[in-house]
Amino acid sequence: MEEKTILERLRKEFPAGVRETLTSLGDEVAVIDKGALLPVVTFLRDGPGEFTMLLDLTCVDYPGQEPRFEMVYHLFSLSRNRRLRIKTRLGESDLRIASLTSLWKNANWLEREVYDLFGVHFEGHPDLRRLFMYDGFEGYPLRKDYPLRRRQPLIRLKE
Amino acid sequence: MPTRIQKQARQDTMLLNMGPSHPAMHGTIRVMLELDGERILNSEVEVGYLHRGFEKTCEHRTYFSLLPYTDRLNYVSPLINNLGYVMTIEKMLGVEVPERAQYIRVLMSELSRISDHLTCLAAMAMECGAFTVFLYKMKAREFLWDVIEQTTGARMTTSYIRIGGVRADLHPDFDAVLKKAVEETRLVLKDVHGLLDKNKIFLNRTRDVAVMSREDAVAFGWTGPCLRSTGVSYDVRKAQPYLVYDRLNWDVPLGERGDNFDRYLVRMKEMEQSLRIIEQAAARIPESSRGFIAEGMAPAQAIKESRRQRVRKDIALSPNLEGSEEARYPDILASDKGFVVPPKEETYTSIEGLINHFKFFMRGHGIRPPKGDVYFAVEGGNGELGFYIVSDGTDRPYRLHLRAPCFHIVSSLEQLIRGRYVADVIPTFGSMNMIGGELDR
Repeated sequence: MEEKTILERLRKEFPAGVRETLTSLGDEVAVIDKGALLPVVTFLRDGPGEFTMLLDLTCVDYPGQEPRFEMVYHLFSLSRNRRLRIKTRLGESDLRIASLTSLWKNANWLEREVYDLFGVHFEGHPDLRRLFMYDGFEGYPLRKDYPLRRRQPLIRLKE
Repeated sequence: MPTRIQKQARQDTMLLNMGPSHPAMHGTIRVMLELDGERILNSEVEVGYLHRGFEKTCEHRTYFSLLPYTDRLNYVSPLINNLGYVMTIEKMLGVEVPERAQYIRVLMSELSRISDHLTCLAAMAMECGAFTVFLYKMKAREFLWDVIEQTTGARMTTSYIRIGGVRADLHPDFDAVLKKAVEETRLVLKDVHGLLDKNKIFLNRTRDVAVMSREDAVAFGWTGPCLRSTGVSYDVRKAQPYLVYDRLNWDVPLGERGDNFDRYLVRMKEMEQSLRIIEQAAARIPESSRGFIAEGMAPAQAIKESRRQRVRKDIALSPNLEGSEEARYPDILASDKGFVVPPKEETYTSIEGLINHFKFFMRGHGIRPPKGDVYFAVEGGNGELGFYIVSDGTDRPYRLHLRAPCFHIVSSLEQLIRGRYVADVIPTFGSMNMIGGELDR
């Protein structure tokens, strides 16, 4: 079973950083410590898994839980035709995580999007600005405590 | 606030603003260029003009009622967006879809893919001055959209592919209309090949312009025809076959150089492959077990009649119309009652049917996938269209994230046009097929 080996190897390689590995509905998932993110994904990209593509990067907000935010990374290995999900938690008091811009070029915009919508700071990002929202927009719209109908028009609307 | 490029620009250069509303930008996107004469030294792409909070909105809608929002992600191929979302939910629920519905989904996806490619190339060619090509391709697209309209009832915002199957069965004249559309599209493709493949103006503007290397394409997360134009063979339909794609015989066309022309050519060849898929699927689709029984009564009259106390057996509607269609359910929808809208005959005529209907649509009821998260991707017009959905066990998604293929492709625009001329922005941007709806979400 090759599927198991990648998760097993990951556990073996980073016994401290990898908290849990599981299979959820056929998707392979590794839950890691936030400090271990960069070494783990570097290992995955350059190591035997050959996860050369960063498919997606996003965040989920769990208000009331500690740590509150969960970063979700989807990696893809072209040579092995397999996806892998990496999850790591971020506390509200310390919303920082290592940037992956040094490894993948599309991480630039993806991280700007998460910064824009969730307020997560990516350390080492060359140009961390809002992507969709405008400068001066207050709050982070995809957080659960941001109301659905709150309006912040950039130009004052006519009464 | 000054943007990055304004801060970094040299004193002796010129800053030029393209967009957000520009005739050659098919989508609201702003490209700021730092120019030395006609050379682009640097650029900055600003997106978000079409951001409408798709993901936030979906978190406040039920699994059933957010489907129409997925149409709006890509107006040219809404069916593939429907499919991506619906199949993600089906993966969560473990729904078994009838074979006929799977073939219908394949047919509809491929029709959408062709119309997506046609639109992209039509706009790209038009912006290079080939207006004839634009008109030819729009003509072909109309034939394809006729098929889609006849099946789904709408041209663009279809909401046709539903959790558990599809909304309605194929039209009785489907085969004839499809045949015509396929023939017309083939003719148009032949004409376009003749007009563009050796056209010097087109070649000068696309050949070896904006070349993407394989390594960079992968590092940028490119998928779809753009990735394949660099020679990387990755197609979700082949790599992780879904529906019945593995039973059909087709190829994945590849490019060599990864320039604008290859992106054009790969799309052209992919359309031919899609036509092959359509023909095979149309030939192999399992016959409907029910005949069409819509004759003899005007639709409006039939709807009226069907809503009276009891449905008379001889009253039946065209499967494309709202009303009696329970007889066709086994062919096109999963048998599990919890995931599909109960048939209207039951809703209108029996108390249990009405209760079922309410149970499906009532707040807190309806489709409730088990707790957990799931990622599923289909091959969209632009590449891997993935949905990441987190469920907390309620009737609405806790978090829904779309992996938009053109997001990754457009993010590389700055690199592709660096050092090129201003005029190269247009075909390069055209070949990327930026779709504002899915890019900005």
